[in-house]
Amino acid sequence: MTKNILSPEEIVQSFKDEFKTKIVNSRIEKHIRGLKKTEFFHIWIRTDRSIIKDLVKHLIKLEKYPHFAVSSGYDMGEKIEIVYHFSIYYGLKGKEVNINITVDLPKSDPTIDTITDLIPGALISEQEKQEMLGIKVNNIPKDSRVFISEDYPEDTFPWRKDEKGPGETIRNLHEVKK
Amino acid sequence: MNTKLANKITYQIPVGPIHPALKEPVQFEFEIEGEKIINVDVSLGHVHRSVEWAGTRRNPIQILYLAERICGICSYCHPMAFSLATERAAEIEVPERAQYIRVIHQELERICSHILWAGVAAHEIGFDSVLFLTWQIREKALDLTEYLTGNRVTKGITMIGGVRRDITKDMYPTILEGMKYFKDNFEKIRKIFLDDKTFKLRSQGCGILTKEDALKLCAVGPTTRASGVKKDVRVDQPYFAFGDLDFDYITPDLITGEINGDVYDRIIVRLLEVKESIDLIEQCLDKMPSGDIVSEKKIAKLLSILKKADGEGIGRMEAPRGEVFHYVKLNGNESPHHWKVRAPTYSNILPWIPMLKGNQIADIPIVAASTDPCMSCTNRVAIIDNGKKYQLDKQKLYELSVEKTRRLM
Repeated sequence: MTKNILSPEEIVQSFKDEFKTKIVNSRIEKHIRGLKKTEFFHIWIRTDRSIIKDLVKHLIKLEKYPHFAVSSGYDMGEKIEIVYHFSIYYGLKGKEVNINITVDLPKSDPTIDTITDLIPGALISEQEKQEMLGIKVNNIPKDSRVFISEDYPEDTFPWRKDEKGPGETIRNLHEVKK
Repeated sequence: MNTKLANKITYQIPVGPIHPALKEPVQFEFEIEGEKIINVDVSLGHVHRSVEWAGTRRNPIQILYLAERICGICSYCHPMAFSLATERAAEIEVPERAQYIRVIHQELERICSHILWAGVAAHEIGFDSVLFLTWQIREKALDLTEYLTGNRVTKGITMIGGVRRDITKDMYPTILEGMKYFKDNFEKIRKIFLDDKTFKLRSQGCGILTKEDALKLCAVGPTTRASGVKKDVRVDQPYFAFGDLDFDYITPDLITGEINGDVYDRIIVRLLEVKESIDLIEQCLDKMPSGDIVSEKKIAKLLSILKKADGEGIGRMEAPRGEVFHYVKLNGNESPHHWKVRAPTYSNILPWIPMLKGNQIADIPIVAASTDPCMSCTNRVAIIDNGKKYQLDKQKLYELSVEKTRRLM
């Protein structure tokens, strides 16, 4: 089995060629470890949220089953940022490259498409982002809470840093819905 | 309740929620037809402790000790993955000697965890003499951990930019003696787990995860490698000093020549990994360079560097159960703006569903244990039949499993 392995620069270029201006910016992080100076790379790409599904499809062209670790998400004031952490070229001894894709979701319309139809393993991650940050994942196959209990108030979200954040609720969880 | 035919009644069995000691609390809802599992639903978060939220209210050094308490078994992997992510976000370089010491602690933790798991797996099928044998061997690993870190469980060895204690030449004989003890006992354990007839009957062809499912559901660690997927962060992205060391992916075909992705294969992978870890520790002692063990000794100075840092980074490590993943975003404040923790079990939950489908109720303990979560999830089990509720506690479920072993013998 031979795989056509692209260098980190070529991977970033292939994204830029495919999605043009939709890629806002990108950077390649090089890591050197040990006495033998072994190298590996982390790629960071910031992109428009409308193309998230096509981005994953593009990743699938590079690696049939891209490894999806998790997605992180945080409140940045005016917007919410979601970072999808993928990796490709695993199983090839030191060739694995991490690809971290950041998307911005404005708080006025915090929605994004699901990627579970392409990567079924992303389900728990997407459910978690919904309940923790109050975003809406379109067409998510299982639209229920995973980590937060059912009696937690529906209009507050633990990871938000604005008025929708937990605030004083966090001190009075025993009183919620009692 | 679904009724297709009068004699084909399916039952709903909720299993869980879990014991608060677990970082990934879980509850299963089984749909059962007779003894056979038709469908499984998993629900999480019964004891969510908001560790990530709490982390954004502490400084990075305080988080190390919080991260250590995420899991009692991986009490080295979590703070270390956090520290890897922070080092990348703040661009802190780690001295080479520290990278070697980090490998030694990680592999020692893997030995501890895999031997502990072997005992639990034996207990789940009613082989308690093996539980005592394996845990006796594990005692030595804990003694060694105490010798190297000063602690037996929460090790307190991690520091951003290095480690807190050195491993000096005069400590080598004790470490090597420990390694010899593991090697001497390895053959005994190997024989019990891989050649024993009862073990084979209970584990072969049980809880199968196909390679395709493992890839699609992004399974990690020994669970995915037993299905033939070559994913091991140590080899894929040689962090610490792994690039200098000689080792490879462990898949079950190294022993049997074939990959089935069943419980037996997962036992093989873990056993071989124990052997590999012993070898890695010896290689490290052999090749370890001299130098500093931490990049910045003064904590106050380190904190001020971290306070000024503005950036993001990820920390990935191969924990005993698979890839542990931390994301840290620093934005020039005392505490990180965001900290995301992804423990390996998080990724190994969805693969449980294809693994458990088609198996028997008596197989639940060993199949669930085969991915190495904490088995306390079976503490509280209830069977709901036609609206009536029967309690099936861990004891009963365990007895069912032991009965099945007896039947096979």
